[in-house]
Amino acid sequence: MSEQQIDWKNIKKIATREAYGQALVQLGEDNPDIVVLDADLAKSTKTSDFAQAFPNRFFDMGIAEQNMIGFAAGLAAAGKIPFASSFAVFAAGRAFEQIRNSVAYAQLNVKIAATHAGISVGEDGGSHQAIEDLALMRSLPQMTVLVPADATETKQVIKAAAAYQGPVYIRMGRLAVPVLFAENYQFSIGKANIIREGQDAAIIANGLMVAEALKAAEVLFAKGINTTVVNCASLKPLDKDTILKVARQTGAVVTAEEHNIIGGLGSAVAEVLSENYPVPLYRVGIKDTFGESGSPEELLQKYGLTSTAIIQAVETVLKRK
Amino acid sequence: MPNVQEMARLIRQDIITMLAAAKSGHPGGSLSAADIIAVLYFSEMKIDPQDPNWPERDRFVLSKGHAAPVLYAALAERGYFPKEELLKLRKTGHFLQGHPDMKKVPGVDMSTGSLGQGFSAAAGMALAGKIDNKAYRVYCLLGDGEVGEGIVWEAAMAAAHYKLDNLLVILDYNGLQIDGPVQEVMNSEPLADKWRAFGWNVMEVDGHDIDELTASLQAARNTTGKPTIIIAKTVKGKGVSFMENQVGWHGNAPSKEQAEAALAELKGGNNNV
Repeated sequence: MSEQQIDWKNIKKIATREAYGQALVQLGEDNPDIVVLDADLAKSTKTSDFAQAFPNRFFDMGIAEQNMIGFAAGLAAAGKIPFASSFAVFAAGRAFEQIRNSVAYAQLNVKIAATHAGISVGEDGGSHQAIEDLALMRSLPQMTVLVPADATETKQVIKAAAAYQGPVYIRMGRLAVPVLFAENYQFSIGKANIIREGQDAAIIANGLMVAEALKAAEVLFAKGINTTVVNCASLKPLDKDTILKVARQTGAVVTAEEHNIIGGLGSAVAEVLSENYPVPLYRVGIKDTFGESGSPEELLQKYGLTSTAIIQAVETVLKRK
Repeated sequence: MPNVQEMARLIRQDIITMLAAAKSGHPGGSLSAADIIAVLYFSEMKIDPQDPNWPERDRFVLSKGHAAPVLYAALAERGYFPKEELLKLRKTGHFLQGHPDMKKVPGVDMSTGSLGQGFSAAAGMALAGKIDNKAYRVYCLLGDGEVGEGIVWEAAMAAAHYKLDNLLVILDYNGLQIDGPVQEVMNSEPLADKWRAFGWNVMEVDGHDIDELTASLQAARNTTGKPTIIIAKTVKGKGVSFMENQVGWHGNAPSKEQAEAALAELKGGNNNV
C-alpha cells in the first residue's frame, strides 16, 4: 500500500462545491422533502443546479444569512430537510447565533452547506476566507461537522448529511481539487478513513490537505519514511478509535487542515491524544492569522498549506519521538 | 371552549404564581400578552393537546421568548401538561425552561429566547405550509423592543416576498423594554408605516380587547397574497396595578407578599382584566 503513487500531473480536478451542486440535484430527485436556500450566491455555491431542476423547492433569501438560517429552522420544524448555503464566512460567521439557538439548541434538521472555506478562496482576500468556521461549529453541542476532501467524498457526505437526523455543517471549497477517491470509497459520519499505511508517523488531514498529505507521504516514502495517512472528514463526531490506533502504531502525529490551527482538526486531535495517548504532535494549518488576496496556489504556499510543510512537520515530530 | 376573558384572567394568575415560585423571570411582558395568548389558545388556533405534534395543527412561535410564563400558563390551562408543573418553572431538572424549549415542552413549536429568531423560524414554517399546500396557519408573537433586531426586518421582507398569507404576527406593543421606553431606547416609530412599507397587511387593535383581537384575526384570514401583522396596543404588567407600565417589572419576579397582592387583585373581579 505504501508504494502507491498518484499521477498528480494528470489527476482530474473538481471543486467540492461542484460536486455539492450535483449531489443536491440527485437528492432532490430521491427525496421530495429536500429544500434548498441560498443567500444570493447560488451561482457560486452551485445550489443554482438545484434551483434549475426544482424551482419550487429552491428559495433565494437574498443577502440575509441570519434570516436564511431562521427560515431553514422553521422549514425543518415543519418536516422539511433544508440545505442552506452561503460562503463559510457568512454561513458560520454572520449567522452563528441563529445556528446556535435556532438550529443546534433546537436540535432541528438543518444542513448548513458552506462553500468557499479557507484561504483557497484566493483573490477575494481575507474578508472572505473563513479560517475559523470549524472552530465555531465544532464547539456547538448537537452539531455534526463534515469536511470532505474531494468530489467523490462530497457526494457521499451530502447524502449522509441528508439521511442523518439533526444539524450538520458541511465545509467545502471554491478551488478545483484532485479527485482522490474511486466511486467505491465509503464515507460514514463519525468514521475516519486510513487511506495509506506506514509505521513511522501518521498524518491526519481533511479537506484539500488530504491530497497534500498523500503527496507528502509519497515523498517521505522515497526518503525511507513510511507514513499513515488518515482522512478525517468527520471532524465531529471525531473517530477517536482510529486516531488513537494510528497514534499507537506510529508514535508520532501530524495534522493538516486549511483552517486556523486553533479550534479545528489539529485541536481536536490534540485533545484526544493528550487525554488518552500523548505522542509528539505537530499541527499544520493557518497560524492564527487572517488571509489576503492572491491566487489560491500562491496563498496555500505562503501560508504553509502544502505537502512541503507536511514533510517538514513529519521530520520534526520524528525527531521528538 | 371556556370563556376567553376568564382564561386570560386565569393565565395572569398562573403567571404570578409561577414567577413567585421561580423567584426570577419576566412578569411585565407576560401579563401584557395574556389576552392575546388567551384568544389564540382558547379560540383561534386549531390545535390538539392530546397530539401536540399533529402535522396539520396551527403553529405558534413565541418570538419574545422571555414571556415564556404566558405561554406555559396557556399550555397548562389547555391541557398540554399538568398545572402543577408551572411551579417548577426554571428549576434544575424540570422541563419548563426560562425560555421556551421545543424539545422539552409539549406544545412549544419553536425554541426561542434570542430575540428576532422566532419570527424568522415562524416564517420558515409558513413557507413549509405553502410548499406542501397545507391549510395550517402560523402565529407569532413579537415584542416591540424586539423589532430592534435586524433579523426581524430580514424576515419581514422575506415573508412578504414569498406572499406568506398563512403567517400572522401579533406585535405586543407595550411600549417598554429593559432600559426604558422603546421610543427613548431606540425609536421604532412609525411602526405601522414600516410594516406597510415592507408589504404587510397591518391592523392596529387594543391588545386587551378580546372581541377586537378576535375580529382582527378573523379579518386576517381573509387577506390573501401578503402576511398580516396585528399591532396590539398593550399595557406592560396589565392586570396588576403596581406592575402596570413599570419598566422595573420587565424581568423581576414578585416576592411572596407582592404575589399575594397581585393575585388578590386578579381574582378580585377587576373588570378591566
